[in-house]
Amino acid sequence: MAELVAVIASTHHPFYYRASTSTGDARPPFADEWVAKIEAFRATLTRARPDVLVMVGSDHFHQLWLDNMPQFLVGKAPYYDANWYNEEREFGLPRFRMLGDEAFSAHILRGGLDAGFDLAFSNELRIDHSVTCPIITLRPEADLPIVPIYTNIFAPPLPQPKRFVQLGRTVRELVESMPGDQRVAVIGTGHLSLELGGPRQFGAHGPDPEFDRRAVEWIATGDLERCLAEVTLDSLHAPGNATHGFMDFMFMMGVAGEGAKADHVDTLDLFHTMEAYFTWYPNGEPQ
Amino acid sequence: MSKYVLNKFLFTVDRDPELVERYREDPVGTVTWWEATKANELLNCHSGEASSWQSLTDEERTALATHDYPKLFELGAHPFLTLTLFIAMFERDHAEPLGFQLEYAQRLSHFSLPYPDIAT
Repeated sequence: MAELVAVIASTHHPFYYRASTSTGDARPPFADEWVAKIEAFRATLTRARPDVLVMVGSDHFHQLWLDNMPQFLVGKAPYYDANWYNEEREFGLPRFRMLGDEAFSAHILRGGLDAGFDLAFSNELRIDHSVTCPIITLRPEADLPIVPIYTNIFAPPLPQPKRFVQLGRTVRELVESMPGDQRVAVIGTGHLSLELGGPRQFGAHGPDPEFDRRAVEWIATGDLERCLAEVTLDSLHAPGNATHGFMDFMFMMGVAGEGAKADHVDTLDLFHTMEAYFTWYPNGEPQ
Repeated sequence: MSKYVLNKFLFTVDRDPELVERYREDPVGTVTWWEATKANELLNCHSGEASSWQSLTDEERTALATHDYPKLFELGAHPFLTLTLFIAMFERDHAEPLGFQLEYAQRLSHFSLPYPDIAT
């Protein structure tokens, strides 16, 4: 069977690419520290020597729209084009293309449906920065096949937080029951407290540093019990109007497992939001 | 209730570079044209089929036609759509980095929780 060699959860900050590649006066003062943290984070994936990446993210009204909105969707395609015109325009993100793994996608779809998740699928999916940001930070060669899983954290009504955790657990079981001997990393990105298009946006820190502190502790210690007790669809409005993206972190806590302590934890307090990076090695540190 | 149509305007303009410029330069004309010819287009569908009932309310039409993004927030337009499109149109007019984004936050500062419902 396939081996789950790494579980990775991260924020996806679309400005990293521009900050890390800019030079001279255009380079922001926090760029060097940010790059150093990302390079240390990247090494945690490189050490695991993955063959395939299961990528958990969320479309930001690029391909998925309110006329036909899935709650959870799995891409099943031989290729995925990446990034969109308005992401080039606003963030300077590059366009590129990634390989898919249709057999792996089919396994996730069949197994997920049989486990009680009525997953939508797409045979022609253009991925956006929720998936490409972690490719840029963690695997900039973009050379590994991916299995994209999109969640709806964006267009209410949303699934309940526990559903993200449950699907994360199921994805782990499905990875570990995939025939063959692939080394698999599951990488998911979301947000801590975040406000976009509201009065608390682009402040000196994230909109709710206290939520961020507690959230980092839940994730780092795998404290699903407390996280699920405190987080509801309603409660996530308080830390910032885009904080429902935290449910993708909860998805990754489901993959990592109850009580699983992260092997790598790092944060960076930026204007506007707190960056947070976590890696688990389910079968111990790679040798 | 036409939050959906409001969002559809923001969504379809934001993804089209020519429309972004046209909406910046001629908001009244763009909104009028869009509602007459585009509001009922079924997205992600072949041409020749359309809806027959989509329209903006007077309040929504005026908010779009006057670039009144605080009003769009009040009406429950999706804040990510509004922010993204308005950055594309107006960030260029501000010399300081994040100048437009901070002005945007300031102009919404009279809102407190709970924010207007964005569910469609």
